Amino acid sequence: MSTTTADQKLGTTATGDQKLTKVTAAGDRRFAAIAHTLMSLWAVIVIVPMVWVLVSSFKSTSEILSSPFKLPKKWRFENYENAWTDANIGKYFINSVIVVVCALFLVMLLGAMCAYILARFQFPGRRLIYYTMLAGLTFPVFLAIVPLFFQLQNFGLLNTRLGLILTYVAFALPFTMFFLYAFFRSLPHDVYEAAQIDGAGEWRAFFQVMLPMAQPGMAAVAIFNFLGLWNQFLLPVTLNTNQDNWVLTQGMAAYASSQAYDIDYGALFAAIVVTVVPVLIVYVLFQRRIAGSVSQGTFR
Amino acid sequence: MSETTTNPKAASRRREPAARGGRPRRRKLTFDRVSFFIAFLGVPLAVFVTFVLYPFAQAIFWAMTDWAGYSQDYNFVGLENFTELFQDEIFLKALRNVALLAAVVPFVTLSLALGVAVAITLGGPSKGPVRGIGAASFYRIISFFPYVVPAIIVGLIWAQMFDPNAGLLNGILTKLGLDFEEFSWLGKKSTAMPSVMFVFIWGLVGFYAVLFIAAIKGVPAELYEAARIDGAGRFRMTLSVTLPTIRDTVQTAYIYLGIAALDAFVFVQALLPQGGPDNSTLTISQDLYITAFTKGKFGYATAMGVVLAVVTLVFAALVFAVNRLTGGGEEKKQKAPARGALPAGAEGGAQ
Repeated sequence: MSTTTADQKLGTTATGDQKLTKVTAAGDRRFAAIAHTLMSLWAVIVIVPMVWVLVSSFKSTSEILSSPFKLPKKWRFENYENAWTDANIGKYFINSVIVVVCALFLVMLLGAMCAYILARFQFPGRRLIYYTMLAGLTFPVFLAIVPLFFQLQNFGLLNTRLGLILTYVAFALPFTMFFLYAFFRSLPHDVYEAAQIDGAGEWRAFFQVMLPMAQPGMAAVAIFNFLGLWNQFLLPVTLNTNQDNWVLTQGMAAYASSQAYDIDYGALFAAIVVTVVPVLIVYVLFQRRIAGSVSQGTFR
Repeated sequence: MSETTTNPKAASRRREPAARGGRPRRRKLTFDRVSFFIAFLGVPLAVFVTFVLYPFAQAIFWAMTDWAGYSQDYNFVGLENFTELFQDEIFLKALRNVALLAAVVPFVTLSLALGVAVAITLGGPSKGPVRGIGAASFYRIISFFPYVVPAIIVGLIWAQMFDPNAGLLNGILTKLGLDFEEFSWLGKKSTAMPSVMFVFIWGLVGFYAVLFIAAIKGVPAELYEAARIDGAGRFRMTLSVTLPTIRDTVQTAYIYLGIAALDAFVFVQALLPQGGPDNSTLTISQDLYITAFTKGKFGYATAMGVVLAVVTLVFAALVFAVNRLTGGGEEKKQKAPARGALPAGAEGGAQ
């Protein structure tokens, strides 16, 4: 289908040579066929496991074990009930929402503040702070995990949601700062000066003028931070071992490994579906924004 | 961004600064300004230092002690932990495993991501405006899917897919007439590691494809049109036009994927929490986790963390060096940190 449009546009191109265009049109068609084959293959590899999980989530355990292909005889919605109660998905889901929403709000605020100062003011030590944060971004979290454990214990924050929130904020801060740093740098200076002349102090200039202007950048970072924090696994597994405060990812891991003893595959698949669907919906709703935001952040 | 100039507030005030332009602006130390600096710089830095920087610094010290964590007693043992580490068969195995991961995963993932990105942005007909193949946005949305799924769930899904009896993979292969009934992908030494790598790549290609798509769209279209008039084919164009222009993005992506591969905790923990057959998929992160939180050998475990950090830095330095030697990273040197910010998104929160 793409080749027909190519043929229509022949006249507009630099090389009007009929023979050459015929060759390229044939090449186009061949290339398009190969590209579509490969891309479809990739799409299949991506989608098939997900669809399989969805279908299996309605099967009984014996159906799952007997054949990976057959559709369920009866669509067992009770798998979802079992997953919800056995795996405590509801509780972990709420914990995840609380932790991620609080951490996201804080890291966006602190990251924007820090990025703003570093991007728009000159003061001694500015570069040092900038590069220290850059280093914090490249060091493996695993190096810090043991001291962090005891650090939180000393503050009495181990196994609490607040401790987890603060840790999330701290580790997401460098990324947030760097992304917004580039963004604040690109904002025009005259608006800030206008605000100053209008008598706005630094506080008002930031919250009423500069921050609203940075909104596209903020939205982009917020989306990536949301995905990163929602999917976070290592920090909660080591720093949040009180089962009442578990977040969804660690609850799922524990549920899956407990399944080794008491196998209810249908409920396991149902739990996976429940975990994935909310994020998938958020993604489909915001996917244009994600695609756009990547370019905004990096290529200004 | 362009809205700012049409913003009435901004427009009405525009002339004033120009009128006073000659006068140097003095910044007085008012309460407003001082409190602003303290709050805006102090609070984020306090959080960062307390929960990131200080633990890192402590780790380096504790790596040189025999501290077992639950008591206050420890002895300073210098580099003893490190000499012990390099005689520790299991740790050396883990080190080899992550080296293998770091060698394979970034290269394959980024090659696939680049292929997908090029097909989506430039794969279209070679006449008319430069554009992607048909249904490009469908492919783009689909390939990003796995990145949205939490890594632990990706691991759990594939653990089921790889199941010897009930898994879909063996089901399909058997249907195709191949003898894979009860073939244990994760239970055999020869296939466990490749399976882990596959899951890793499956989960990450989409994100980097979207990243590259954005980078390629930032390249002026005239460059491609010029190359096309000069008779460059798609393959040639990818190697000679696309890759050189987005090489900074490729470099940062490579480094972050390398960090992710050297860590790899989530994926292996979901697929093979015990380290795989004969420790063939054990990673440093798993070894560290067990040594610290199961065996309680905190000093020894942080020493593992230090080795992991050193390996990560060596990897990053290698990537920088390769990029330099092949002629990149000079003219855009100053912009690099700001640009490098993005791929961290994958890791910034995800680590």
